[in-house]
Amino acid sequence: MTSLNVLVAVCLCYVVLLFGVAFAADRWASTSRSTWLRSPLVYTLSLSIYCTAWTFYGAVGYAARSGLEFVTIYLGPTLVMIGWWWGLRKLVRVGRSQRVTSVADLISSRYGKSNTLAVCVTILAVIGVTPYISLQLQSITLSFNIFAEADPGESYVEQSSAFWVAAGLAVFAILFGTRNLDTNERHHGVVIAIAIEAVVKLIALLAVGIFVVWGIAGGAVDTLARIDASAIGQWQVNHGRWATITFLAAAAFLCLPRMFQVMVVENDDERHLRTAAWAFPLYLFLMSLFVVPIAVVGLEILPEGSNPDLFVLTIPLGQGQEMLAMLSFLGGFSSATSMVIVAAMALSTMVSNHIVMPIWLSAKGGGASVSGDVRSVVMYARRVSIAVVLGLGYFYYRMSGGGAALASIGLIAFAGIAQILPAMVGGLFWRGATRTGALVGLTVGFVLWLFTLLLPGMGPEVLAPSVLEQGLFGLSWLRPQALFGIEGLDPMVHSVMWSMSLNAAAFCIVSLLSFPSPLERLQGAQFVNVFEHSAGPRGWTGSVAQSEDLMIMSQRIMGAREAQEFFQAEAAAQGSRAFLPEPTPVFLERLERELAGSVGAATAHAMIGQIVGGSSVSVEDLLAVADESAQLLEYSSRLEAKSAELGRTARKLRDANEKLTQISLQKDAFLSQISHELRTPMTSIRAFSEILRDTDGLERVDITRYAAIIHDEALRLTRLLDDLLDLSVLENGQVTLNLGQGMLADILDRAASTVLTGTPKPLRIRRNSGSEQVVLQTDLDRLTQVFINLISNAQKYCDAADPTLTVSVHDVGGRVVVDLLDNGSGVPADAQKMIFEKFARVGADKAGGAGLGLAICREIMQRLGGDITYLPGQGGGAFRVSLPLGLEIAAQ
Amino acid sequence: MSRRVLLIEDEPNIAEAIRFLLTREGWQVETHADGADAVERIASAAVDLVILDVMLPGKSGMDILRELRDREDTQTLPVLMLTARGQSRDRDMAEKAGVSRFMTKPFSNIEVLTAVRDLYAQASQT
Repeated sequence: MTSLNVLVAVCLCYVVLLFGVAFAADRWASTSRSTWLRSPLVYTLSLSIYCTAWTFYGAVGYAARSGLEFVTIYLGPTLVMIGWWWGLRKLVRVGRSQRVTSVADLISSRYGKSNTLAVCVTILAVIGVTPYISLQLQSITLSFNIFAEADPGESYVEQSSAFWVAAGLAVFAILFGTRNLDTNERHHGVVIAIAIEAVVKLIALLAVGIFVVWGIAGGAVDTLARIDASAIGQWQVNHGRWATITFLAAAAFLCLPRMFQVMVVENDDERHLRTAAWAFPLYLFLMSLFVVPIAVVGLEILPEGSNPDLFVLTIPLGQGQEMLAMLSFLGGFSSATSMVIVAAMALSTMVSNHIVMPIWLSAKGGGASVSGDVRSVVMYARRVSIAVVLGLGYFYYRMSGGGAALASIGLIAFAGIAQILPAMVGGLFWRGATRTGALVGLTVGFVLWLFTLLLPGMGPEVLAPSVLEQGLFGLSWLRPQALFGIEGLDPMVHSVMWSMSLNAAAFCIVSLLSFPSPLERLQGAQFVNVFEHSAGPRGWTGSVAQSEDLMIMSQRIMGAREAQEFFQAEAAAQGSRAFLPEPTPVFLERLERELAGSVGAATAHAMIGQIVGGSSVSVEDLLAVADESAQLLEYSSRLEAKSAELGRTARKLRDANEKLTQISLQKDAFLSQISHELRTPMTSIRAFSEILRDTDGLERVDITRYAAIIHDEALRLTRLLDDLLDLSVLENGQVTLNLGQGMLADILDRAASTVLTGTPKPLRIRRNSGSEQVVLQTDLDRLTQVFINLISNAQKYCDAADPTLTVSVHDVGGRVVVDLLDNGSGVPADAQKMIFEKFARVGADKAGGAGLGLAICREIMQRLGGDITYLPGQGGGAFRVSLPLGLEIAAQ
Repeated sequence: MSRRVLLIEDEPNIAEAIRFLLTREGWQVETHADGADAVERIASAAVDLVILDVMLPGKSGMDILRELRDREDTQTLPVLMLTARGQSRDRDMAEKAGVSRFMTKPFSNIEVLTAVRDLYAQASQT
């Protein structure tokens, strides 16, 4: 007799073996590209976690109790696999292209990345899967019990064994599922381990079946005869239950977190679905092949009252086939462990990603922590989640008393999980589906399922019998198993009908009434039109055609020659003589970096992803692309600003050049003027001096006169040179002002007397000495020079019969203003503008000056912080001199 | 019949010097100091020779010369041009305009006398 200790030891060895396989498979997966790890066969076998301990043990019990109804459990997935593989393909494509990590992530991602929805789905999944996990605990515990009963030598307590099983599974799941964090949430090792377990449970069940048919019943023909004779052979079909359970099985196959994990998340290649579409139904067929014979034979040969759920174990044990019983036990153990591991992994991903991490990140305040920190938190969150999930399973097991039939617990879980179906299928095929619709539908379905199925199933401690009989709050239409007065239905059918139909109806109606956010619409389009957006299901091992596409794209971005050189170099680096390199991950990474230099990282990633990865552009990608575009825009606007600045500079240069040209012309004109002004007196001097030298017999008067001319012209020349030097000094700013204090009246006195002394030409000057009592702080000599110039001009040019100059002094805004107005005809209007320019002379008169006087006056007044202007329209020549009372700025 | 020269010059001292020189040579010297009506003055004066300053009030000597050359009655009139702006550009301009002789101020008296004699001799021959 196999002792319990041996059994435990075998279990441990088996687990260690699985763990070793998983570990090795992870190593292989990371180091090599071994294709058998990703073969369609492994994928198909991994789907077999659908067949849990419930199917392994429970199907026989189901058949023993309800006849052929157990077939519905296999029928649902089979119909989905064969009849709806195109829908599955879409699901897998969406999952891969959106990098979906769980069913909750899928729903949340579809409906605009709503975390509320993710939390809802996660809670629903945890509640829905918990009974299922307790079912696995129960099956393992029961199978241990069987061996314990056969081995009375050991003291064995059922309760504690359930606890230890739960603890052991938790450790197992933590070891398997959270060894490392993979960005894709893929676990090659786990998948391989599950595939091995799938093989073990199939072989075990087949072995027991073969033993029963050929070892006990005496061959196929005899077995069929026994079946015909038994009650199971009676073809009694409850159409409502059949349809309901088939539908539930199909829905659960799609929505169960663990199924989603292996079917979508762990999927390596969409094409594997094609194989699985026939291979998985075949697997289910083989699993169900011997269910009826085992049930019939078990009912016949085992004593009345034996638990039919354990026939798979008890028949071999009863027949003394210990090795077979051991194999059968391992089959059941495999079924339970694989389900628990994957379910716990899937749930922990959901719990940690959608519940723990958001809370932790918000508690951290914006998540400004380093990634390593987050990694360890995620790890701990997952481990704790696994422990909590299994703890919940254990708790449910204890609550439900461990007595309920396996199949009915499984179905309750199915019905709960199926509530996700409308939101999922609607999200995949209907762009009009909205977040609010999904949320309302889920909530309605979940509440109805809770009220009509789960709570009544948990016994009288949870839901009082009065509620069951009289309805909630005594309202008869709120009876859990006869909602809205519909009675006489099977509770399961009743619950599924109400919850699913109201769920779907609420989902559709609210979706139609609510308006999706932009992100939702974008994601909706991505999901529904996934085949238009994403490239074909090509792996990294893709063809040269991919390289060609990459080449074409790269040429556009990098330029033809650079792209060709880069590709050629990469091909050479790969040791290939071909022109195009293989699109290996290393090459793609390098290409992405290369492209990122031109178009930005996000765009490069999205572009390569489009061509190679089969993943479509996600919203984050688009946003990142938009960010980059914004940066480019900013850059180009900066360039524009720069070029505008350059334009301005060029204009300034042009202006400066024009000014220089003008100055150069002015300089030429000035030199020409100076030449003229110098040569003219010199001409007279030379001519008369030659006359004096060469002419004999000149009159004494003439000699004197000619000498006087020479003298005058020499003086004129000197004056001109003095003026020129004076102007040059003033213009260059080299003048040193000699500041002093003086009365304006005194300055005017001095100027007038300088001009009028020794000239025969008369000029009357009218002054108001009262207003001239102004004390000035300025360069007195320079100011006097200005007034001398002005008075002398009046004397020279005033053409009145009685030339009079009127000097008036005002105070205008803190400045002294001196107006000098004569009674002549004044400066002609067209000349007024240029009288302050050098060599400007008005009229034909040769007044002896070189035309520099007013130019010098202007320069002086500017130095003194004042101004000199011509006042037009005064009737005569009118000049205004204005200057500050005190000159504080020192001369430069 | 004495030889007549018209001197267009706005500097009175220079005009006086030239008048002194040419009068001693036997010329009858007329002077005019304004550029604006110089062409009419020249045309109506019917002199044998014109001495023309460039920088004149009213109209530049260069413009006066061009107008003289455009007129039939003064087309071949000998014109001696004097300028204080002794740049080669002015000389080119004057020659293009049809000047008979171009001299830069300050000049030597002999130069002026020689030029006047030459121009008169040339004009008498034709």
